[in-house]
Amino acid sequence: MQLKPGSRWKSAVGTTEVVVVRPAKGDVSLECGGHPMVPLGTEPEAGLVMSDDFAGGTSVGKRYVDAESGVELLGSKAGACSLAVDGRPVTLKDAKPLPASD
Amino acid sequence: MQTQLLLEMAAEALGEREGYATVEGALTYAEAFRRAKGGATFFSRLKGDTVCYVGTNGPAFPLALFAAGLAGKPFAPLNYRLADADLRKLLARTAPSIAIVDIDMIDRVKGIEGVKWVSREAFEAACDDEDNCCADLPEVDQDIAVLLFTSGTTGEPKAAVLRHGNLASYIISTVEFMGADEGEAALVSVPPYHIAGISAVLSGTYAGRRIVYLHAFAPDAWVQLAHAEKVTHAMVVPTMLGRILDVLESTGVTLPHLKALSYGGGRMPQAVIERAMKVLPNVDFVNAYGLTETSSTIAVLGPQDHRDAIASDDPKVRQRLGSVGKPLPALELEIRGPDGVTVLGPNQSGEVFVRGEQVAGEYLHKNVLSDDGWFATNDAGWLDEEGFLYIEGRLDDVIVRGGENISPGEVEDVLRQHPKISDVAVFGLPDDQWGEKVACAVVCDGDRPSIDELCEFVKARLRSTKTPEMWEFRDELPYNDTGKLLRRVLKAELSTPDAA
Repeated sequence: MQLKPGSRWKSAVGTTEVVVVRPAKGDVSLECGGHPMVPLGTEPEAGLVMSDDFAGGTSVGKRYVDAESGVELLGSKAGACSLAVDGRPVTLKDAKPLPASD
Repeated sequence: MQTQLLLEMAAEALGEREGYATVEGALTYAEAFRRAKGGATFFSRLKGDTVCYVGTNGPAFPLALFAAGLAGKPFAPLNYRLADADLRKLLARTAPSIAIVDIDMIDRVKGIEGVKWVSREAFEAACDDEDNCCADLPEVDQDIAVLLFTSGTTGEPKAAVLRHGNLASYIISTVEFMGADEGEAALVSVPPYHIAGISAVLSGTYAGRRIVYLHAFAPDAWVQLAHAEKVTHAMVVPTMLGRILDVLESTGVTLPHLKALSYGGGRMPQAVIERAMKVLPNVDFVNAYGLTETSSTIAVLGPQDHRDAIASDDPKVRQRLGSVGKPLPALELEIRGPDGVTVLGPNQSGEVFVRGEQVAGEYLHKNVLSDDGWFATNDAGWLDEEGFLYIEGRLDDVIVRGGENISPGEVEDVLRQHPKISDVAVFGLPDDQWGEKVACAVVCDGDRPSIDELCEFVKARLRSTKTPEMWEFRDELPYNDTGKLLRRVLKAELSTPDAA
């Protein structure tokens, strides 16, 4: 699938939602709970079950990256399933917030 | 990523927390999101590609910003303090557009072709309309979030373009989502048409920190509101800080809840920040340097930097109180020479260049980023060995005398401490021997001090090369509508051969 910057995706097996902050270099499969995510606003296939291998959870307001494809995602809604790109689990991006400046 | 998602996330995560308040009342994030959707429905039914905002601060401002985003229309807050003719000229440039206008300003903006005005009250009612709030919003594909007219110290105002991607990238890379404790409140008194007004909405929303709006800045009202609302955070421009300190000292009011005070938007005189740290010893001070074209802050001098500097006997550390701190980790910053290419080393003065996702570097119909993404700020500055950035002023304002760069602001700061001087402008004039010489226009309180006395005053505090060689006494100095000193006007007037 093509991950356009700003596009929003929803887990097919849970409540997790993400927004694409930085796009992939090519076509990738964005997954959550072991299943491809669906564009926000579309109905996922019924009857899918979260894979135990991708059940670590996703937090809202955290950034996740896949170094290989260059994808960066922001959790926009929390959920029990965890994210992956082409089957690779994403890593949490270290963020160092600044002192409030504005 | 669209900026209105920041509000949606706040509404989802901490919907019942109060987000935006004035003395008249407050909105929670959930309620603000509901009303922003109502406002978006209202905007999408009106003709007009851009949503303008002509008014003072208040919850209507974040509602209009987010509603415009949801409706896929760029948001353009305009400077309501402009003269009527200039305001109308700017509004006409936004046509076809919708303008949300404060009730006492409507007469000033009526009858501009292609500009549909709506009173602030009518807009707020439309936001709260049950049918509007529940209506399905059309899918939008608009990546311009905000158009901000620069203050135009050097000619016609330019419309700076800030895309959703620039602003969202700035927020998610510098602010921790819902990182504010319950009870934190930020007092916002910068005007809505200033980049700091926009970034205050976005960072406050994402941090979950309640914004308390002051409709328009006045120092006693600021102190009163900060006290009454138990304000913990605030951002001010340097002139505001001096006036706030005056009120605190003359009334004896204390602000026990205030934890953090950030400042920016202009050069902070060292005397003022030293005084502020004395009057408010428990407050964390943050100096933020940024430009409209960079989606706000690009360098920060943090609280510990302030404390280290003021406690130090080492002049190199001490002088950091006059620095704007270190560049943000998410972007690159370089000092380049006059060719715009050569990267200069520490302690060498040149032009500040930046690159990063938050850097927009774009005006309507004109992108000014280089092919490889660098933005020339037109600010002169230098980095010390530790990477602290010092800003000397706009490139055109810096005086180059015999190869030495002299910052007008530094000389002005010294002269402002003279008891008989109420206002001052320092600028360069052509000089046969040195290329440029330091010139100065002063406004005096009462008796005019002698030029010798003033020269001695500067020499005692700065190098003699920085002492003005030409003095002009005036009744007042030229400023533009956003309060920026117009040194170029003085320079032009006094550069004529018969002036000296």
